[in-house]
Formats: sequence, structure tokens, C-alpha cells
Amino acid sequence: MKKFVITLLMALAPMTASAAGGTVPLDSFEGDLTDKASLQRGMQTFVNRCMGCHEAGYQRFERSAQDLGIPNELVEQYLIFDPEIKIGQHMTNAMPTDSAAGWFGAPPPDLTLEARLRGPDWVYTYLRSFYQDETRPWGVNNVVFPSVGMPNVLEDLQGKVVNHCTPEELAHGHDEIDPLTGKTMGGCLVIDEAGSQSVEEFDKTVYDLVNFMTYMAEPSRLESESLGTKVLIFLAILFVFAFALKKEYWKDVH
Amino acid sequence: MAGTRNKGNPGLMGWIDDRFPATAMWEDHLSKYYAPKNFNFWYFFGSLALLVLVNQILTGIWLTMSYNPSAEGAFASVEYIMRDVEYGWLLRYLHSTGASAFFVVVYLHMLRGIMYGSYRKPRELVWIFGMTIYLALMAEAFMGYLLPWGQMSYWGAQVIISLFGAIPVIGPDLQQWIRGDFLISGITLNRFFALHVIALPIVILALVVLHIIALHEVGSNNPDGVEIKDKKDENGVPLDGIPFHPYYTVKDIVGVVVFLFVFCTVVFFFPEGGGYFLEKPNFEPANGLKTPAHIAPVWYFTPFYAMLRAVTFPMFGLDAKFWGVVVMGAAIAILFVLPWLDRSPVKSIRYKGWLSKIWLVIFAVSFVILGVLGVLPATEGRTMLSQICTVLYFLFFLLMPFYTRMESTKPVPERVTG
Repeated sequence: MKKFVITLLMALAPMTASAAGGTVPLDSFEGDLTDKASLQRGMQTFVNRCMGCHEAGYQRFERSAQDLGIPNELVEQYLIFDPEIKIGQHMTNAMPTDSAAGWFGAPPPDLTLEARLRGPDWVYTYLRSFYQDETRPWGVNNVVFPSVGMPNVLEDLQGKVVNHCTPEELAHGHDEIDPLTGKTMGGCLVIDEAGSQSVEEFDKTVYDLVNFMTYMAEPSRLESESLGTKVLIFLAILFVFAFALKKEYWKDVH
Repeated sequence: MAGTRNKGNPGLMGWIDDRFPATAMWEDHLSKYYAPKNFNFWYFFGSLALLVLVNQILTGIWLTMSYNPSAEGAFASVEYIMRDVEYGWLLRYLHSTGASAFFVVVYLHMLRGIMYGSYRKPRELVWIFGMTIYLALMAEAFMGYLLPWGQMSYWGAQVIISLFGAIPVIGPDLQQWIRGDFLISGITLNRFFALHVIALPIVILALVVLHIIALHEVGSNNPDGVEIKDKKDENGVPLDGIPFHPYYTVKDIVGVVVFLFVFCTVVFFFPEGGGYFLEKPNFEPANGLKTPAHIAPVWYFTPFYAMLRAVTFPMFGLDAKFWGVVVMGAAIAILFVLPWLDRSPVKSIRYKGWLSKIWLVIFAVSFVILGVLGVLPATEGRTMLSQICTVLYFLFFLLMPFYTRMESTKPVPERVTG
């Protein structure tokens, strides 16, 4: 059914070439909201690695738990660190906004809707595009978000990434493979010091995280598509009767 | 209208009819309202506009129950509707997609009127009421777009309100009066909310009633532009007319089902409409200190926005922006006088000459090109193209008194065809 709908909407495809987007080519991200294991791992990464600074202030722990099929007790035990926070509350942290603005230059933005604001492609590419840059306060810079005020919180997993290109080349996203290291990341960025995960494992970690963020940005997506399919089937059947009724009435109009 | 018809009948309906013209109204507007039998595809969009209006009002009422019209709470309350309210996401997507659908059906409805000369005598008031609905609808959509209090809500409103600032002498004060503040703030949000949920819906509903009463007084036009009331049978029923109910009610049900199929496909599967129905920057709360890189109005305003930007030169000591606003206003105003610009002896495009046909195509294509240019950032080439299209848009109207008179038309049949 979904395939059919997509085919039907291909006519609208030229419209989807949105005016938004930067100059750096983004890696494409195909999420899978039905992959609950991936979403669960993504939530784990999000809570452990993002929520120290960022909030998901519109999403409740309980809603995530329900939709992802995680028992409430497990969420309370392993994913809520603040004993004051109940499972029905929003996914917030304890960082004071004013101090955060002082520490990072700007307060870390709420991430509930980040995947809808910038698009999952952007988030997926961004999280894999940090590189060492001693001129920056946190020692790292980012290809898709130059001069970003955020450290690479996944560095222990990914390893230290070194840039071998000029800023111009970097911005244009070289995709050549470095034959010497074999550990290439888009040509310009090479892993200099290995992290605890291989390149494939790390990509999977980020995939799961972005998958969760995509879910969180619009938790009703799956319900919408399931209900929508039923509605469209109903309308298709109704069409047959509506058309037959019209034909019946109109047979005496000449 | 009702007179002594249906008086003194037995039963409940008789009791009501003696006191209120229920049956007479039913007959005048449905069961004995004779519509031409040759309506085609283009005649679905009037009833569809009514359907979308009802959708907007119903979903709007339910959204109002959970929406918080304050600068502090608006954005969060929309996400509350999306997450915590039962089927809140559905109500919101029906409403946001409905706004775009409203303009789709209204634009097609207007094009139908222009094609078949539905604005011609004696239907000038039907057209003018309709144009007034369009105007009120634009105001309604603009004010509604501020309510989610996202970045594009804020900056889009900023751009549109600043247009009033281009008016000489009173401009800056007028702007401040509209905002109720020195910049767009919670005060602006509150008044836009009041206008969006009360004032403008009342105006639109009243205008829709006027539009339909005027239409039913003169009768519907048709693709042939033939007056069906000129040829009646012995009972005074137009020979080419069929009662609106049941014939067009059952036909419109088919149109409604097809429309709903497309509409629901968007609502359930693509509510963002590729970033055109819900713009991406609107997933970030309004921030008066952070201007988005690219501000584009929602798609249904873009043809006029492109015209505004097409005026790049000052004239008579007034700056380009003022003339841009004048052009934009004139582009809408000129539609109001359309009934008096068309001097053709025939109504429908079917029997007009090739000049009218070519100009209609130029007009429609220019409008679409302007719409596309309005969402794109301006470049030198695009500005040039939008200037050409703006000129062509106006020439369609300004030259109409001449080309409709000089061209040779085809003979109009006595009765409607197929």
C-alpha cells in the first residue's frame, strides 16, 4: 500500500526539491521506524550521550517507552538518571540554560524536533563529520556545521579524526578513498587514533541514534501511516459505491 | 422568495413550514435549483471549497481546545497537540494540509470562472463576493500561519507586516498599530489568534452565504456560457437544467471521495508537503534575534511575493518596496474589475477567438512561474523572469478590452452541448 501511495505521489516529486539545505553534500539516511531494536539502542545512546546537555523537552519518557516497547521499569532503572523525574515527565536535563550559554556560546538546542528541522540526512552526516581542530575551544570542528560550539561526544567510539584537506576541499566533500590507510572517511577525513568501535559499528551507532531522533521528531508517524492506509482503502471502496450511485441517477439525463 | 408556498400542510414539516420556510429553502437551493446539465470536471471545486471550509472550522475548533495563544506557550502547545492529545496529530495535519488544499481548490475554482466567463453579466456580484472570500482567506491564512510560533511563522509575519511600512508617511505607525508592539511579540500573536479564530471565520462564512445566494439568484454558468434560463419548458423549468439535488449532490459525492483520497494521502503520508505545507524552519521556536537564511512565504502567496520582489527600482521619489506593494495590491485588485474588462460577445473560452485562448494560457503560465520564483532565492536572472511574468500577468487584464473585442468568435449554440 505504501509503495502504491509513493508511486502515486511521484507526480509531486519535483515539489519535494526543497529550497533548504547547505552546500556540503549529505549522506543519505533511510530510517526504519519499525526496527524497534534499532530505536531502543538509539534511545540509549541519546539518553547517555546527548541528554547531558540537550533536552527533548516536548517528548515524554513514557511515550518513548511505550512506542519503543521498553518496559517502564527498565526505563526508570537505566534511562532516567534524575530521581526527581517521573516516567510521565518530559525528557529534560538539569543543565541551567543561562550557564550553558556561557559554557558553549549558545545554549544547546532542544533536540526533540531536530530531525524534522534539519532533516535526518543532515543529523546523520553531522554526527559523523567531526575532526580534530586545535583552533576550536573543544578541539574539534565539523564539516557540515563549521565552527560548531559542541564537542564530539562520540569520540571515544569513533576515534580521533584528522583532516587532510584544505577547508575548500573539505566543504565540497571529497569522496576519494585513501589507499594507504584503508580507514578512510570520505577522503578528507581519516581516523588517526582508533576508537572502541570500527567504522561500520560506529555508523550503525549513529544510524540507530538518528533513527530514534527521527521517531522522536514525529512519534505519530507509524500510527499515521497505518490509519492512513485504512482510510485510503475505505475511500477506494466508497468510490465504487459513490460512482455507481451517480451512474444510476444520471442514466435519465440526456 | 418563500411567499405562500408550502403553507397549511399537515404534519411536522407543515407545522415548521407555517413558521419557517424550511421546505421553500430546500427547494430554492437544492431540489428545485436547476443547474446546467453539462458541468464538467472544473465544476467540482466550488463544493470542494465548501468541504475544506467545514474541515478547517471543525478541526480549528478542536485545535483551539488545546492550543495556547501566548509567546511562551504556543510552540510547546502545538507539540503537546502532536504528542499528548488523542489524535491531535491528525487534527493538526488536517488543519495544516486543509489550508493548502483550500488554496488549491480556490485557485482551480477561480480559473474555471475565468475560463468560462462565469464573472460576466449577470454574475458580476457572484464574482466580486468570491474575490472578497479569496481576500479574506489570504488574511485568514496569514494570521493562522503565525500561530505555531515557529521561526518561519515569525519571520514570514515580519516580512508581510513590513510591507505596510512601505506606505509613505503613515507606514511605520501603521506597522506598529498592526503589531501592537515595537516588534512582533506575544501581543501580536494574541490579536492574530482572535482574528484567526473569530473575526475572519465569521466574515468568510457570511461572504460564502452571499456568494451562494447571489449564485442561486442568477443561476450557474456552464462550460458553454449558454443561459439555460432562456429556454424553458411549459412548467418554467430550464430545458437544459437538472435539479441540483439529487443530480449534483450524488455527482459531487464522487468528487468529494476522489478529493479526500488525494487529501488524505497528503495528511497521513506527506503532511509536510515536501517542506511547502509545513516549512522546515517552523520546527524551531520563533527567535527574534535569529533571522533564517532564506525566508519564503507559504506557497499560495508566492506568486504575489514574486511580483513584490520583481519591482527593483524606485520611481517618483518613492522607493522600490513601496511600488512592489502597489504592484502586489494591484495584481489582486485588478481581478475584482475583471467583469468589466471582458468585452467579448461570448462568455466561454470555447467560443472565444485564439487571442483570448493564447492570453489565458500566458496568464496561467505566468502565474505558475511567479509562484515557483517566489519560493526561490532571488538572482538576477530570476528577477528578470519575474519582471517579465508580472508584466504578462497585467497585460492579460489590461489588454482584455481590446483583444476580446477585435477577435472573431465562434457561434454559440442555442442549447448546451454534451
